[in-house]
Amino acid sequence: MHWWFPGNASSVGGKVDSLFYVILYITGAVFVLVEATLVVFLVRYRKRSGRTATYVEGSTRAEIIWTAIPALILVTLALVSQPLWSKIKDADTYPRDAAHLGLEAKQFEWHVTYPGPDGKLGTDDDFLKRDSIHLVVNRDYVLELTARDVVHSLFIPAFRLKQDLVPGMTIRMWIRPTRTGTFEMACSELCGLGHYRMRGVVVVHTPQEYAAWLVSQGEASAADSAAASAATAVPTPPPTDGKGAQ
Amino acid sequence: MTAHAAAHGMVGGERAQGAVGVHTQKLGMWVFLVSEVMFFTALIGSYIILRWGTGAEWPEPRTVLAIPVTAVNTFILICSSVSMVKAYAAAVKDDQAGLKRWLLATVVGGATFVSVQAFEYHHLVEKGFLPGSGLFGATFYTMTGFHGFHVTCGVLSMIWVTIRAFRGKYAGGKFQGIETIGLYWHFVDLVWIILFTIVYLI
Amino acid sequence: MTAAGTALPGHLHVDDRSFVRKYVFSTDHKIIGIQFLFLSLFFLLVGGLLAMGIRWQLGFPGQPMPLGGWLPEGVAPGGVVSPKTYIGLVTMHGTFMIFFAVMPLLVGVFANYLIPLKIGAPDMAFPRLNMWSFWLMIPSGLLMLASLFVLGGMSVAGWTVYAPLSNSPDYTGVHLGQQLWCLSIVIFGASSLLGSVNYITTVINLRAPGMTWFRLPLSVWALFITAVLAILAVPVLAGAVIMLFFDQTIGTHFYLPAGGGQPLMWQHLFWFFGHPEVYILILPAMGIASDVIANGARKPIFGYASMVWAMIGIAFLGFIVWGHHMFQSGMNPTLASAFMVSTIVIAVPSAIKVFNWLGTMWRGSIHFTTPMLNAIAFVSMFIIGGLSGIFMASTPVDMYIHGTYFIVAHIHYVLFGGSLFAVYAGIYFWFPKMFGKQLDERLGKVHFALTFVFYNLTFFPMHILGLGGEMRRIYDPTVYEYLRPMQPINVFISVSAFALFLAQLVFAWNIVRTLARGKKADINPWRDCGLEWTVPSPPPHGNFETTPTVYHGPYEFSVPGAAQDYLPVNQPLPPVPEGRR
Repeated sequence: MHWWFPGNASSVGGKVDSLFYVILYITGAVFVLVEATLVVFLVRYRKRSGRTATYVEGSTRAEIIWTAIPALILVTLALVSQPLWSKIKDADTYPRDAAHLGLEAKQFEWHVTYPGPDGKLGTDDDFLKRDSIHLVVNRDYVLELTARDVVHSLFIPAFRLKQDLVPGMTIRMWIRPTRTGTFEMACSELCGLGHYRMRGVVVVHTPQEYAAWLVSQGEASAADSAAASAATAVPTPPPTDGKGAQ
Repeated sequence: MTAHAAAHGMVGGERAQGAVGVHTQKLGMWVFLVSEVMFFTALIGSYIILRWGTGAEWPEPRTVLAIPVTAVNTFILICSSVSMVKAYAAAVKDDQAGLKRWLLATVVGGATFVSVQAFEYHHLVEKGFLPGSGLFGATFYTMTGFHGFHVTCGVLSMIWVTIRAFRGKYAGGKFQGIETIGLYWHFVDLVWIILFTIVYLI
Repeated sequence: MTAAGTALPGHLHVDDRSFVRKYVFSTDHKIIGIQFLFLSLFFLLVGGLLAMGIRWQLGFPGQPMPLGGWLPEGVAPGGVVSPKTYIGLVTMHGTFMIFFAVMPLLVGVFANYLIPLKIGAPDMAFPRLNMWSFWLMIPSGLLMLASLFVLGGMSVAGWTVYAPLSNSPDYTGVHLGQQLWCLSIVIFGASSLLGSVNYITTVINLRAPGMTWFRLPLSVWALFITAVLAILAVPVLAGAVIMLFFDQTIGTHFYLPAGGGQPLMWQHLFWFFGHPEVYILILPAMGIASDVIANGARKPIFGYASMVWAMIGIAFLGFIVWGHHMFQSGMNPTLASAFMVSTIVIAVPSAIKVFNWLGTMWRGSIHFTTPMLNAIAFVSMFIIGGLSGIFMASTPVDMYIHGTYFIVAHIHYVLFGGSLFAVYAGIYFWFPKMFGKQLDERLGKVHFALTFVFYNLTFFPMHILGLGGEMRRIYDPTVYEYLRPMQPINVFISVSAFALFLAQLVFAWNIVRTLARGKKADINPWRDCGLEWTVPSPPPHGNFETTPTVYHGPYEFSVPGAAQDYLPVNQPLPPVPEGRR
């Protein structure tokens, strides 16, 4: 039964998980310690006949200690988090040879633009897929994220990745899948009535599989691109989700 | 601080002078003005972000707005601040005639400012410059509109204060109300000087 | 806006006000506090009911809701919550709870009722503005309620109403509902402003002789700092919401990229307000808990001065951490790192407060009264909420848990586990003073136990859901394969939530029963030191017969050499105080 993190499938996921566990162990220990102290105090210092409270106004030393220790732990956490964060989100540190894909979000679809055989975006041989990102395992990619209408957020749980897509902005996001398979992706920023079904998949192939898939797209892509642009020409969500359905 | 609080004899409900030696009404106005500062900071801050933070195209203000008219209007508003100072000085000296005269001058100054602004709006709308006319239209009308709303409120309150002055309510050293509304008046003036600079001149 | 001149009330020995002046359009801070109490409890009920709708859909997606058949077809076709209704419920639950339930409960009720009584003032500095502060909440609340029923439906943009989703009916079909939301919030802002100007002025200027700054009860300190936060933050929200309203109505493009506007600007403005708002919602709770814990433990508060400085620190830092709500928003990653550091720093004063509450209980004589039980629950739940916040402060971990149920769990541990338990503690504690009748202790303990258990059963599992990757504001989690195995948790949470809701009926019953035929309360039932306990229950108009004089700090419990285990602040300390203030 899966009641915890989905299995990791990206180069940064493992590091995010380790950082999570470090924080979990620290906060877990603090939690147990502090709550146990509370319970012990409640039992030990409960009202009993013949015992009165001791008049204590405070202790500067104790307060300095319990200010300094959390401060030290917390600052360390920030220092540990910082490099990983830059690596993931700072576009200047992304690998130079990464392949670029376009990812545009609209209510309630993901449009993925592939560079086509020439490997460049914005040329004639680009082709478009809806709601699925196909990648080669252990390759670097930079997704160029845009949004057509409202703010969306790309969330690939198995990659531990999340990045908002903001209309009017192009945000670059580096990913490197490390495991083949099909992984779900979701929108995690409320984007309208069909937000919950803005689901997509990330398919991570071996290089051979990817090549085969690319060939199969030769015929299909033209149709898909046409369908996608037709669908976006009238940006109306289905009436079941109530746009004007009142 | 103990001695300070105790020094001001707070007998019964009469604590207008308060624990820190500032009249309660004046203190309340200062606190209120702090929140007003934050309100205008939000609007002006957004203007700065939209105009200079994004590289958006922005028309030269003087191609859209009539700067000389507004400059004169700004001068009128500043003059009304001067007359407000005069009114307060008269109130302190218990010069009731002076108080009434200067309050009236302030009302006239403020009302003129609002009227000229209304005229300016009318003219701009006729020219087709609307809140929907790009970010300049949006920010212009929002900022100057809310400022105009503040001046209007100020003029209405000032009329009320003037009526009270004519009834002699501020005679005999009871002039705290004059100082309080004066604070508000000067604040609204100051905001205008900032707005005039960043919206019209730059 | 005018020169807000109102005469300070003198001492009215003969109360000859008409019924309307006394109980409806009253300028008496105590009546206004009680008015706020009933108004915000009503909105707490509304917010709770909306939450039940949310939990029904999440626990039993697509199944007809009990009594759902009574709802119009457009809202719940065949009794099933529609996606639009679901997001509406989510939006309005957050809106009502934050703006109309918890904030007025903490500030409207306790700041109004307690500040003048605790500092020895006859009333607020500006009683008439205070009355306006309450009566503006009525149109504000009515507009928000009306927005549930207008053409086009209620707002569906979440309580954070992110632009551009909230800007235009093109995206959701909602127009009037969102506009009413904006108007309501602007009026709410005006109400909050009038209240805050009053609280600040009153605390600064109307303290009784001897009530120095560092003799103020921590509840008053907290409410004072909260008012300062509100003065600085709420106008920014008002400005942002006004621009949003203009975008919707007069065709401006502040947040619409199509016209050059900036969607992220909304987020910055909103969270510049939103993060101080978080502290507006927790600081008064901390203050109330401090008062109750010192009383329950029969000890002075541990480290009074550092408690004050911690709150001031939190308030100050609260203004430079808003970006931590936006780590994944596309803001500059270096800026995000700066926000991470400031966020981490703000955890320190919160930790100090927790340790000082523990220090207060240490070697005390803890009386498990209902208020004390709720205050203890506040501390223990705030610990969880505070610790879970550290996960989000770490930017890389936040990348995974942002926008998931982990965040939902966190906010409810702080807002319900924190604020609401403190509100309950405060209501149980000061109810006898407000109404002259003592709430039933046994019913109170039943209410506390049920609430504590079902609260944890409801919200703790949400952490697990979040770590499993379940997004918030999702109409039907079973759309996703990886979320389906976790559906039993959702069912469990929903059932617990229904029980939690029902447990609150015990509280409502307790209030109704006590008001009808409760035990008469003494002047000082909790044997507390505060000035409010030196006047009759309920206190007369004008509060004090003669202006009290304060001789020492607010928590002089179990003073060695004193005849009883508490020393009211208007009585001098016994002799031989070596080196105490």
